[in-house]
Amino acid sequence: MQFKAEHISFRYTDKSPLILEDVSLTIEAGERVGIVGPSGCGKSTFAKIMAGYQKPVKGQILIDDVPMERKVFCPVQMIYQHPELAVNPRWKMKKTLNECFEPDEYLLEQMGIEKAWLNRWPSELSGGELQRFCIARILAPQTKLLICDEITTMLDVITQAQIWKMLLEIADERKMSMAIITHNQALAEKVCTRIVRISD
Amino acid sequence: MSESILKVNNLVVGFSMYQPRSFHKTTLQVIHSLSLEVNKGEILAVVGSSGSGKSILAHAVLNLLPKNAVVGGEVLYKGQTITKKREKELFGREIAFIPQSIDYLDPVMKVGKQVEGVFGTSKRKEELFNQYKLPIDTSNKYPFQLSGGMARRILICGALMGNPELIIADEPTPGLSLDIAMETLQHFRTFADNGTGVLMITHDIDLALNVADKVAVFYAGSIIEIAPTQDFIKGKDALRHPYSKALIDALPQNEFVPILGTQPYAGDLPSGCLFAKRCKYRNENCVGRQEERELRGGKVRCINAV
Repeated sequence: MQFKAEHISFRYTDKSPLILEDVSLTIEAGERVGIVGPSGCGKSTFAKIMAGYQKPVKGQILIDDVPMERKVFCPVQMIYQHPELAVNPRWKMKKTLNECFEPDEYLLEQMGIEKAWLNRWPSELSGGELQRFCIARILAPQTKLLICDEITTMLDVITQAQIWKMLLEIADERKMSMAIITHNQALAEKVCTRIVRISD
Repeated sequence: MSESILKVNNLVVGFSMYQPRSFHKTTLQVIHSLSLEVNKGEILAVVGSSGSGKSILAHAVLNLLPKNAVVGGEVLYKGQTITKKREKELFGREIAFIPQSIDYLDPVMKVGKQVEGVFGTSKRKEELFNQYKLPIDTSNKYPFQLSGGMARRILICGALMGNPELIIADEPTPGLSLDIAMETLQHFRTFADNGTGVLMITHDIDLALNVADKVAVFYAGSIIEIAPTQDFIKGKDALRHPYSKALIDALPQNEFVPILGTQPYAGDLPSGCLFAKRCKYRNENCVGRQEERELRGGKVRCINAV
């Protein structure tokens, strides 16, 4: 799948200044693009637009040259920085995991999710364990582009390396593309195939 | 011998909670007899596994734990326990706290007012905003209008408003770009050089090594190693505990290779070494409880470490 963001401009209200102005980005199948830039420059806003959560003021998102459809499974999925805020605290992990599709045994094994965790509440798991669930639950076969917004900054370096190792294996296997937002230069150089910079 | 600012002796923290489908309460112990010391003019970096109790340590010192927490041991600030009365005098003036999450900002108060707090001045605020490259109109914004990195800088400015003698920083750098993160840490260093003690909890080991004096490594609620920063810079061979060595290997600028497995759950801890299940040097000595011992100018909880 080819993903294209064309001439995106965005502001939060009519009066506020433009956060993004004429930003374009093309991601080919299997590419892993790092998005870097100073804090407050609009990286996360751009990520939300890419995933269809925000409507741009100008510009459009094209998937294989067709505008992104609504009300179908979105091939662009997003993983957030704070896994503990991205899961329902009153659902057991099993329900969270199976919310949008039922991941098979193979995927759970690949993600290093243990059976015993499925019957726990989110508060009984660590950030790294929760992040595995947040990733597994959106790795449906229809997912073609994964947006990773600082997904391992809150995790210790061993868990960080574990999660990236799994993600890269799965991405290679499925020819899935990724957009990776990070402030960690060394990490970006290790995992990305191309790095783009958003300036102020 | 330098003067101690913060001393934690045999701290134990547990959370009292109900067993599933029963009226019986049990206590889930998450920090086990933990001792550490921060001296005047010293930066102690605390690193380690996510969910190992690093933030709970900070919250225990600042009396921020929820009601169901059961706390044992003692916390001494300048040699004295922090009583309710002293708390009022110290917190926000002599003791500054940078919380981990930007949720700690009041969502319905403009951030300028939050930074000034009760004891601050607008002059000092402008100074700090300049230093942290925050546009001056940021003062009039609400937290939801800021990006993650900007909100993080607001938290830092708020903490540095006064002239703290002890700074407790819980993950001050995520979401910040490299230059601002480095500047923040240099700022801590300047404070420390003027006599402030800094307890800095962080996952950015590589950044922390630039400014810290000592590094404490946490795993499953215990400190498994305390080492001078120099040992971390020298690389894994200078370190003592196998987990610390694994941390170094997992850094993206090094091998980027993780060890397998996860930290044991607090309700289901092994009786012997907490790390044994994942350790490649495991042998019959690891079954017993691992006591802290001195080794090469640091401390370690591993019977096999040399």
